[in-house]
Order: sequence, then structure tokens, then C-alpha cells
Amino acid sequence: MLDTIGLSKIEDLVAHLPKAVRYDKPLAIAPGRSEYDILDYFKERGSENAAAGGNGYACFLGAGVYNHYRPVMVDTVVSRGEFLTSYTPYQAEISQGTLTAIFEFQSMICQLTGMDVANASMYDASTAVPEAAMMAIRATGRSHILTARTVHPEYREVLHTYTQHQGIPLDEFGYDATSGLIDIEDLSRSITKDTAAVIIQTPNFFGIVENVKQAAAIAHEHGALLVVVFSEAVSLGLLEPPRDADIVAGELQSFAIPPSYGGPFAGVIACKEKWIRQIPGRLAGETKDANGNRAFCLTLATREQHIRREKATSNICTNQALIALMATVFLAVYGKQGLRELAVQNLSKAHYLAGKTKTIFSGPFFNEFVVRSEFKGIAEINRELEAKKIIGGLPLEKFYPELKNTMLLCCTEMSRKPQMDLVAEAFA
Amino acid sequence: MYPENFRYTKEHEWVHVENGVGTIGITDHAQHELGDIVYVEVPKVGTHVEQGKSFAVVESVKAASEIYAPVSGEIVEANDALTATPELLNSDPHVAGWIAKIKLSVPEEIDRLLSPTDYQAYLGEG
Repeated sequence: MLDTIGLSKIEDLVAHLPKAVRYDKPLAIAPGRSEYDILDYFKERGSENAAAGGNGYACFLGAGVYNHYRPVMVDTVVSRGEFLTSYTPYQAEISQGTLTAIFEFQSMICQLTGMDVANASMYDASTAVPEAAMMAIRATGRSHILTARTVHPEYREVLHTYTQHQGIPLDEFGYDATSGLIDIEDLSRSITKDTAAVIIQTPNFFGIVENVKQAAAIAHEHGALLVVVFSEAVSLGLLEPPRDADIVAGELQSFAIPPSYGGPFAGVIACKEKWIRQIPGRLAGETKDANGNRAFCLTLATREQHIRREKATSNICTNQALIALMATVFLAVYGKQGLRELAVQNLSKAHYLAGKTKTIFSGPFFNEFVVRSEFKGIAEINRELEAKKIIGGLPLEKFYPELKNTMLLCCTEMSRKPQMDLVAEAFA
Repeated sequence: MYPENFRYTKEHEWVHVENGVGTIGITDHAQHELGDIVYVEVPKVGTHVEQGKSFAVVESVKAASEIYAPVSGEIVEANDALTATPELLNSDPHVAGWIAKIKLSVPEEIDRLLSPTDYQAYLGEG
């Protein structure tokens, strides 16, 4: 086979890879061991991992990826062959199951966000946010994007990647050092007549619930659209939907999508009906078949890249059908009341732990909050917690140099009182 | 079928110039080829357009197509009725289905457009 492709040895296949990224030592596994021996060995070593929600570890790390319970029903449904192996539902006549599931998904997202239209999902929030910004640019004919510094720092990085080579000016406005809410005065100062979108996140990266109405009023007064971002979808079970937004972009990882080292997740874009033709990706719509029966099909696809080529609304025409289905099943399992109860548990537990620590912001928070350590370094606290089989919070200094010796902590329904008390003690 | 006082493009737009203002639309042939039109993105008043450059989008059940300006100038009026009733482009492409009015900045551009006879001959070749 090597002869046919003009190579002499197997290593030639990877010769183009830099030496620095190649492992050139023999694997640290004795030769001649059976497959089940090796599996046992790796399972044993794997059990040493400090895994969120696994191997006996408690997790207080959030910051965009959350440790929530995944109902058993979720994997049972998504692993059905009809969903797991199905191709894009271009042929409506053989894809009614997938299309119905997408339509259900879109309907649920509209109910949660208070928007009129939701697409069939995005990769994740970090790609949904810049796509929402591009929508606003197309809708307003303006080019300036203004984002709050309290939007997830990694979402802002992807936004920067999108804008930097397209001549789109991107600016940030700050937060109030006392409340942790967006700095309204800084927003008013920074917004211009060329601002296409104001982007805020709620609960914001510090876990604090923003005043969407107030931000919307300022954006609209200047003719800009308001994009509201969320990273913790469970908050929507309790908080008022961001109805005053023009576009909502969010992350659904909290809805039964495993953390999996950071993906794959599913994002969402929803908007007011007025902007439906600017929405990227695909939409499932309700229609009637030849016999007048209720049926579903992809709709408004004429702007996608397989038809419109380089003039397509977006180059993201992919959706996360299977992952979005996890979220759909999750929402169906919990229901409206169940999601509310889940959100209340998250809120109550976070407020219990926050009450025992020194939080630095006074704004209302959901299930995350920022704590300052007065006596020890943040890294030291996390090391101490790890020894007690607890994954601590996120040190914030990396993203916010001004927030020295602070940690973003997160409680979910999975947090238990004994571990919460140990976290509080670690700060003492 | 194709009014005598209109001028036409090979991209199937028509323009009717009166007092330095050109009313623009798509031809009967174009609407027939596009099929049922479901949406028209009309340009904003005040926008400057250039001859041969895209200035509107017409979306049918089959495709979303660029509409190219037959003349250069400033958009002085857009047919907002198309937002609610895009099907006017199918039913009455040369009258009620007009898309926008442009104040001509280079009136002699008209000379480069096709007469009804030439346009119909062009369609015949196609």
C-alpha cells in the first residue's frame, strides 16, 4: 500500500507534522497485553480523573459550562438510529421525525426567550454571538458593534475573530465595580449613530442578572439592536424572558449536554419576526402535505449557501441537530414547572454558599457569584479543595486583571451541603 | 407585452424614465422564470446605487436573486407595498410590481440599455 502512494515507511505519513507535537517514545504500556487488559488499565487510570460530576468529585466550576444532571431519557432517545444516523432533512417526505423534533426545539426556544422565531440551532454560544452581531449589521446597515465586558470572555474572543478582518469596529463597555452590572453611563457614552448592535449577557459572566429593559431602551434610542446572550440556560426557567431584545443568542449546554472537554454543544439564535430573513442557518416550518395533513419542512432555505453561494446570509448553515435534540428531550422531561423548580434549586444553593463567603458584587445573581479571598491565594484554595475531591471555581484574573484574588463560583442542583460548607471553609 | 417606452437589461430589469427619475422593476420574463415570489428586499431611500450593481433582492420559492440597477443614481422612492404583497411582481411586473425609483445621476446610461425590440430578440436567442 505504501508503494502505491509512493512512501517507504509508515512514519512518512506523518512526516509533515512538526516534531514538537509528535510523541516519539514508545507508549508506556507493556507489549503483548490483551485488549481487555488494556481497557481495564485505562478505566482504572481514568477513575483518577477529577471529573465534573464523576469519580466522586463535586464541582463548583461554571463559567459557561455547567454541571447539571442529565436525565436517563436523553441518551435513550438520541441514540435511536432514526436520529443518530439520519442525514440533513432535505427530503421532507422521509424526514418527518427529525423535522418534527427541530420544530419542537424551535418552539421551546421561542417560549424560553420570548422571541418570535428561533433557528434549528447553532454550534454553540460563542459562534451564535458573532452571527447575531452580523444579523444586526445587515438589518441596520451600520457597522459598529458594542459589547459589554461582562459577556463571556471567550464569546468576545470569537466575536473579535469574526470582526477583525471585515472592517467592523468592535468596542467594549465596562461594568459597575460595585454592582457587577453593566455600566449604563459607559454604554451611553460609547454608543454612536453607527452602532448596529449592543451586546449584553444575562446572567452575565459574573452570574449577575442584567436589566434588559434599560439596555434595550438605550440601544433603541440610538437606532441599534439589542442582542441578549445567555450561557446558563437553566436561568430561563426562572428569569423573565428577554422580550425587549431584538436578537437572543445563547448556549444550551446546561440542557443535558455533557461538558465533554468543551464541546460539542448547541447554541441558539432567536429573534423578532421582523429580522427573520437575517437569521442564519436553517429553520423548520409547519406546512400541509398533499392530503392536507400537518407536516414539517425546511423553510426560508433560499438564503443558505447551497443555493445562494457567496451571497448566503451566513457560512454557518450547519446546525447541531442531534445535540439540540438532547436539549429538546431535556425540556420535554422537565416541563415548564420542572424547569422552574430546577432553576429555584440552583438559585437557592448558590445563595446558600454565597451567604457564607465574601462576594464582591451587590447585583442580583442566579447560580454564579464572584468571591474574593482575603487570606490565601486562589490557586492555593483550589489545590486544597482538590485534595478534598472538590473542583473549585474559576480564577478571574486571567480574564479581568483588575479582579485580583477572585474566583467565580457556581452551584447547581448537583451541589451538596457538605461540600458547599467545605468550599466556604477553604476561604476562611 | 414589453412597453415601448421602457428600456431593458440583459439581467431582465426594466426602467421607465420620466423627468430624470427612473422607475425600476423586473420583466415579465424574469418573474416567470423565478416562479412564485415570496419576498422582496427593497432598497432604503437615500441609498446611492450604480449601474450594474445589486440594489435589491427578490426571493422566490426557488431562489433568492440579486436585482441589478439598470441606471446609477439615488433611490428616491421604494415600493413598500411589496413587503406585504410581493406577489405583485408575478401578477403585474411592469406596473404595480415596480421596485424602486432612482433619480438618475448619469442620464446617458440609458443609451446603453436595450429597446423592447432588442430585449425580445435577446429573449428569442436565449
